[in-house]
Formats: sequence, structure tokens, C-alpha cells
Amino acid sequence: MRTEFILEAIEAVNNALLNSEAELESLDREIGDGDHFINLKRGCAALLAMHDELAPLPPADALQRIGMKLLSTIGGASGPLFATFFTTLAKVEKAGNISSLTEIAAAFSASVEAIKQRGKAGAGEKTMLDTLIPVAETFGRLTAANAAPVEIFDAIQQAAEAGMLSTRDMIATKGRAAFLGERAIGHIDPGARSSQIIIHTIADLAKQQIG
Amino acid sequence: MKKFINNVDDILIESLSGFAAAHADIVSLNLEPHFLTRKQKAENKVAIISGGGSGHEPLHSGYIGYGMLDAACPGHVFTSPSPDQMLAAAEAVHAGKGVLFIVKNYAGDVMNFEMAAEMLPFENATVLTSDDVAVENSTYTTGRRGVAGTVIVEKVVGSLAETGADLAACKALGDKVNSRTASMGVALTSCTVPAAGRPTFDIGDTELEMGVGIHGEPGRRREAMRNADAIVADLVAAILEDLKPTPGSESEVLLLVNGFAATPLMELYLLYNSASKLLQAHGLVISRSLVGNYTTALDMAGASITVTLLDDEIRQHWDSPVHTAALRWQC
Repeated sequence: MRTEFILEAIEAVNNALLNSEAELESLDREIGDGDHFINLKRGCAALLAMHDELAPLPPADALQRIGMKLLSTIGGASGPLFATFFTTLAKVEKAGNISSLTEIAAAFSASVEAIKQRGKAGAGEKTMLDTLIPVAETFGRLTAANAAPVEIFDAIQQAAEAGMLSTRDMIATKGRAAFLGERAIGHIDPGARSSQIIIHTIADLAKQQIG
Repeated sequence: MKKFINNVDDILIESLSGFAAAHADIVSLNLEPHFLTRKQKAENKVAIISGGGSGHEPLHSGYIGYGMLDAACPGHVFTSPSPDQMLAAAEAVHAGKGVLFIVKNYAGDVMNFEMAAEMLPFENATVLTSDDVAVENSTYTTGRRGVAGTVIVEKVVGSLAETGADLAACKALGDKVNSRTASMGVALTSCTVPAAGRPTFDIGDTELEMGVGIHGEPGRRREAMRNADAIVADLVAAILEDLKPTPGSESEVLLLVNGFAATPLMELYLLYNSASKLLQAHGLVISRSLVGNYTTALDMAGASITVTLLDDEIRQHWDSPVHTAALRWQC
């Protein structure tokens, strides 16, 4: 993993989330409490402001600082969950340079597992994990099968979208939407959607770099 | 949206600064990270720390002071504070006898306080408040929400801590009060999160949201507007079904009628009148009362009813002296 790629990803994700402001706010108003986009925007802004501080760092240190910054700026449930994702990635990177796609897939999977633990949640609970778990599975399966990189990133984007859309028919058992019971059915989870936007954007960036 | 605002991004800091200046005799404010403490650090007691999203004032900062909290950590509007705030607050108020966190049961608050507890270098424990009976525990694993009953937990535990009781005793009393407290709310209008700029939910002029949460989260059901007695009857029935006091016994209770901020006191007292008759008809003795805006939801119109089953210990710690911005008696 390269710090330069991480910084490019932050910028791309920030732009993608800003472009989805109206949609994310509307999803969150329907089944949440209306603060999801604002919190993500604050987190992205804090990371963008760290650009010069992060640029000279080895990737493990950059990821760790990103995690701690997100922990202190996003707040809510998203703060600890995103922070846990990045600090776990940092730990895996520190233990041994993540370079091959297989290693990246394994690190991603470990980080999603850490989110499950922190949130005490799993698949099918109408959360960000309904996007992230299928992505981790697809990533692991295709890298193990030595699929072509472009094919892998295409499949990741499809898995993220299918996972995000699957939250529409779910009853939430975690997060603010859980209080709605059956009234949450028919609404896509805003956390699943924001995670899908992030995954989609980073996969696009990866595809561009592959060439 | 029509609110008193200079810049949306400055609401929290400007409000905290005003609060700290208005109550400079009671509290001190620290910025970056944001937390408030008592003006005078208390010694030789368990440090009681609470916190949560802003927009529920006077919860929690208004309950800092003698007999209640040592510190509070305000998050952004309706957003949990982050662990760096809790760690800094604990560092500032820890007096050698450990730290007790009082946390409303929401996923974000639980996770942030949990991470703070893992990183904290002091002995610590957490009381999770979950008094809202609108959420049925069995169906949704997130569990019941902490709402206005949190004020009663903070008052009673805060009083015990002043006696020099240890961490385990404070935690045990907090859990006990929580288990004997039940609340349910109703909204007549939505609230508007300043940064979002529009109402969190749509509700018609002739509708109410039964069981609403203090962030404008939906409750049990949307209903047609009815008269106050009928609304209160539903709230009280849900509360009593949960608390299950022995019918006809002389059980003593504390009755809190809490406004969400945009309902006038005149109506809150009308609700109290209605609720107290129902509780008395159920054979309960209302020996302690509180009516006012104690756990608000920005600019929502609506109210919640909270009942705590008292015993000698809880009553004694409810009655004991308290000196905070929002609750003050006997001192």
C-alpha cells in the first residue's frame, strides 16, 4: 500500500460523498436522525486538512493517524466504526507490508471483522456491514482465484451495490433505524449507501491506476 | 429553518461558551477537546461523568455540580462525543476513586464510551440508561433507549458518590434506579437539526408520534391527534406495563413530566395533572415530582412521562442537596 494512494482516495471519496449530499441526507431522514452526512463530511474535511502531515508518513502510520482523527471528529456510531477499520488496516500494514491484491483483500477482511466486533453486528442487520461483508467475501474469493485486477474491482463494485440494495428489504436490528421496526422496510440504510459510495470510488481509482 | 444562529458550524461552541459564562460559579469549560467540569474539583469521591450528543440541554452539562456530575462531554448535535473527550474529562476530574460513566443506550454513545473505557488508565465502570419503554427489547437487539430517566439516575448516583461510596456501589445504585425507571414520549412536531436545516421527520397538523425518541426517531406508531387525557393514558399504560408495580399497594413513585423544549410549561402541568390522577387510580403514591424541560430534543414539541419506583435509598438520594445549573435544592 502507498500513502500517495491513500491521500488520493481521501480526496476522491470526499468529492463522491459531497456529490451525494442530498441523497444521503434524505435516506438518513427517512430512517435515521439526519446527521450521517454531516458527520462524514466533517471527517473528510479533517482528513483533507491533514494532507501535508500524512504525505511523508509510511502507510501504516498514515492509516493509524487517519483512524484516530476519524475517531475524534466523526463522533456518533460511525466514528468508532471507521476508526476501527483504519486502525486495523494500520496494524496489518505494520505487521508486514501490504502489497499484493491478495494481501490487501486479507487486510480488508480483517478490518471488516474488526467493525463487526466493535459494533457487535453482523450481516442482515441493515447497516454498513451489509455492504462491507459481501465486498470482503468477493475480494477474497477473486484474489484467491487469481482473477484479473480489473475484473476483481468490477466485481467488488457489483457486490457493494448489491449489498447496499439488499438493505432495502431488511428490518434493522442495529443502529438508529432499529427503533423503526417494520417501518424501516423499503428504505435503503444510509450507512450501507455511504460505504458503497466509498468502496465504489476507491475501486474506480484503483482501476484507473491499473491503467 | 428559523433559529438563532450566527454560523451553523459555531452553534455548539457558542452555546457552550454562553452556558459556561452564565454558570461560571458552577462549571468550567474546556475546548478541544470539549468537556465541562465542576468549577471546584471534588476530592475523595468516584468521578461521575456523562455525555452525549448536544441538543438535549440541560442534559448533561446542566447537571454538573455538587450532588450530581463531575464532568460532561457534549458531542455535536445528536452525535455521540468521542473518546478523546471522555479521556480528557476523566483525567481532569479523577480523584483516586475511579470513574463512573453514565451513558444513554445508543449504539454511538455505547461504542465511544466503550473505547474510552478501554483506553482509560483508571478503574472505571459504566451505567447504561435504558428507560424508554417505547422500544421493545426482545425484537430489536439494540435495546431500549436512554431518555429522561437518565436525569434521575444522574441525580441519585451523584448523591451517593458525594458520600464517598466506592465505584461498585455507585454502579449498583445506578443500575438499580435504571431498572426501576420507565419513560415514554410523544411528539406533536418534528425537531430540526441545525446543520440539516429541515425537519427530521414529516408529521401532519392532526398527527402525533407515539413513543418518539429524543432525536426525533420514530416510536411505536403514528396516530391521529387526540385529547391530552387519552394520550397520557397510553403513555402511563405502557410505563406501568413495564414497571409492574403491585396494583393497590402503597408504592411510592417519582413522577417526571419532561418537555422536549417546544411545549409550554402550562401544557406540561396539564399533562402532570392527567398522569398523576392515573397513577393514583392505580394505587400509586406520587411522593416526588419534577415538571419541566430536563431532557429536550432541540425544538420538538412534545413531552415524555417518566416514573421511578422509589425505595428509601433512592428517595434519600433524590432529596439530598444538589447545586447544578438545572437542578438546585437544599443548597
